Amino acid sequence: MTVASDPPTHSQKRPRRLFKNWMAKLASLPMILTALVVFVGGTAWTVTYSFTGSRMLPKTNWVGFDQYERLWSTDRWIISIKNLAIYGGCSMILTLLIGFTLAACLDRKIRFESAFRSIFLYPFALSFVVTGLAWQWILNPDFGLQSVVRDWGWTSFNFDPLNNPDIVIFGLLIAGIWQGSGLIMCIMLAGLRGIDEDIWKATKVDGISTIKTYVVVIIPMMRPVFITALVLIASGIIKLYDLVVAQTGGGPGLSSEVPAKYVIEYMFRAQNLGQGFAASTMMLCSVVIILIPWAYLEFGGRKRG
Amino acid sequence: MSKILKSALLGTALTAATATSVLAEGVELEVTHWWTSGGEAAAVSKFAEAWNATGNTWIDGAIAGSGGTARPIIISRILGGDPMAATQLNHGRQAEELIEAGLLLDLTDVAEAGGWADIVNPSSLLDACTLDGKIYCVPVNIHSAQWIWLSHAAYENAGLDVPTDWHEFVASAPALEEAGTLPLAMGQQGWQQNIAFGAITLAVAGQDAWDEVNINKNADAARGPEYTAAFEAVAAARAFAADSNVQDWNLATNMVITGAAGAQIMGDWAQGEFAVAEQVEGEDYSCLPGLGLNPVIDTGGDAFYFPVNDDPEITAAQKELAALLISPEAQVAFNLAKGSLPVRGDIDLSAANGCMQKGLEILANGGVLPSGDISFSQDTTLQIEDLMAQFWSSDMSAADAQAAYAQLIEDAD
Repeated sequence: MTVASDPPTHSQKRPRRLFKNWMAKLASLPMILTALVVFVGGTAWTVTYSFTGSRMLPKTNWVGFDQYERLWSTDRWIISIKNLAIYGGCSMILTLLIGFTLAACLDRKIRFESAFRSIFLYPFALSFVVTGLAWQWILNPDFGLQSVVRDWGWTSFNFDPLNNPDIVIFGLLIAGIWQGSGLIMCIMLAGLRGIDEDIWKATKVDGISTIKTYVVVIIPMMRPVFITALVLIASGIIKLYDLVVAQTGGGPGLSSEVPAKYVIEYMFRAQNLGQGFAASTMMLCSVVIILIPWAYLEFGGRKRG
Repeated sequence: MSKILKSALLGTALTAATATSVLAEGVELEVTHWWTSGGEAAAVSKFAEAWNATGNTWIDGAIAGSGGTARPIIISRILGGDPMAATQLNHGRQAEELIEAGLLLDLTDVAEAGGWADIVNPSSLLDACTLDGKIYCVPVNIHSAQWIWLSHAAYENAGLDVPTDWHEFVASAPALEEAGTLPLAMGQQGWQQNIAFGAITLAVAGQDAWDEVNINKNADAARGPEYTAAFEAVAAARAFAADSNVQDWNLATNMVITGAAGAQIMGDWAQGEFAVAEQVEGEDYSCLPGLGLNPVIDTGGDAFYFPVNDDPEITAAQKELAALLISPEAQVAFNLAKGSLPVRGDIDLSAANGCMQKGLEILANGGVLPSGDISFSQDTTLQIEDLMAQFWSSDMSAADAQAAYAQLIEDAD
């Protein structure tokens, strides 16, 4: 969010000295401390204890990389990582695509725009638990979609993703996209509204088609909006937990397990803190691996420009 | 990540939300548990009534959700310095580290005064409450997992006699399938699949091999021929349950009740579902402990632990409650409502139904095993459940599953 709303005009007159504007710095001190102690401190503590054999209580009996070796030789963890990769990739692309398409449609000054906007945004007001439960019912083969279509007369219709280990992750994906694309649509719509009318007039004068204008002119201009949307979607993907718990419980078997669920279950159900910490450290690593190149490109690029 | 922080915050929030005050007359004890289904709530109210009758007050701290949800909350409250007066846990190794950290009350004097060593049957229940010669919990009931539940309607429909053991069930499965009935209902969750695995192993591999693996943690026995046969039997059972597309155990039980499935392997708590559906044992359904082959049952169950408290008045009341929970009257009232077996052998349970009577008879004959909660740590249990979840939902070969299982037994602590 901060990235997108950073107004570039102020960057010229940045105060040089440390104590200039000290009131503002004092006011932001609690937040700085919270960030340092809670986020950085908590992260460091977790990473440290991932090298111990802690069970229910944190203890400092060092075991080296044992927890990590066990983690990467556990089928459930590997399945979780693969599931997250499939879910993440599909969710990223489809949410952006659907969000932008809906926003572009609404931006064409259609009638009842605000009604449609509310309808599309409404799923976002539901928690993941409710979303998961609702889609569990919708996808239930005996009561939901499959039985409704069969009642219409298409008796061979077969759509039962939640009980098929091979495609269960797409059952989750449907629910995740249904829930998340409304918000992305709103962000995109705000971005589209920020495009100057004159740009549209100029492209009309040049005789460029509407779709080509969107792809070639508008989307590049909306770069900050896209980055905001990407960050929101990506954090939602990494956090994926409650939707799985509510919709499939990780089943059938282990086929819809995700890393966050592994962390929680090994920390609290298995009472094996060390293993849970090792898994959450690996999740942190994956975020950092994605974040650092992006931050380098984003902020490194700005200095040059 | 900040998972620890989250749990710390959760603990703090609960602390703030559940702060209780102690009034002068009688002592208020807050008791946490996860007995929230209809029959369970009725059962726990028997304890509450008995406690309130002594002039004290029972403050019910029911935590919705299963043990998996409630246990972390309970443990975080004890660790966070805001202990409840008493709490349900499954006896066994779940509370091991809390005892080692000195957070749970030593009940040895109450146990000696009440002569628990003589009345608790089987004695392994008390062993599970004992660490270094001291007793830390009161066992209140026994649940066992080695049961197969058979639907008479399904067998009548297929024109077959109801099987009396596992081998007959296996032989009847193709005929059931031909009649359009699912032979074995199975909820697709690791813990249920692990229960089925445990019951089949015990029946097929025999008790000696089972003891060697589950009690002595002998990985060679888990690689042995008895277990090979057991894993092949489980693989066969997997084929019988291949079309079972339910997740929750009670939905699977419901398939047996309606006759949509021939059988289900599930613990004795499934009885509650049959009772609610007003089915009669012997007419509408049959139950076979030990799958009809090996009449032994494990002795898992629930126990109450009492966190250490600074207030001597509360400590005295905690000990009073501990003695009450195991008293004959409370045991009869509670276990009849819950459908579980009592922890003492000297009380009359003639009001119990046929399946409970079978269980009581096995207890009286000493056909008991320690439960998984007692043998394995939660960590090992979850790993075995994960393996079972994977095995039952894929086409993993019996040999591969056996090798992975033996490795888990070897690494078990």
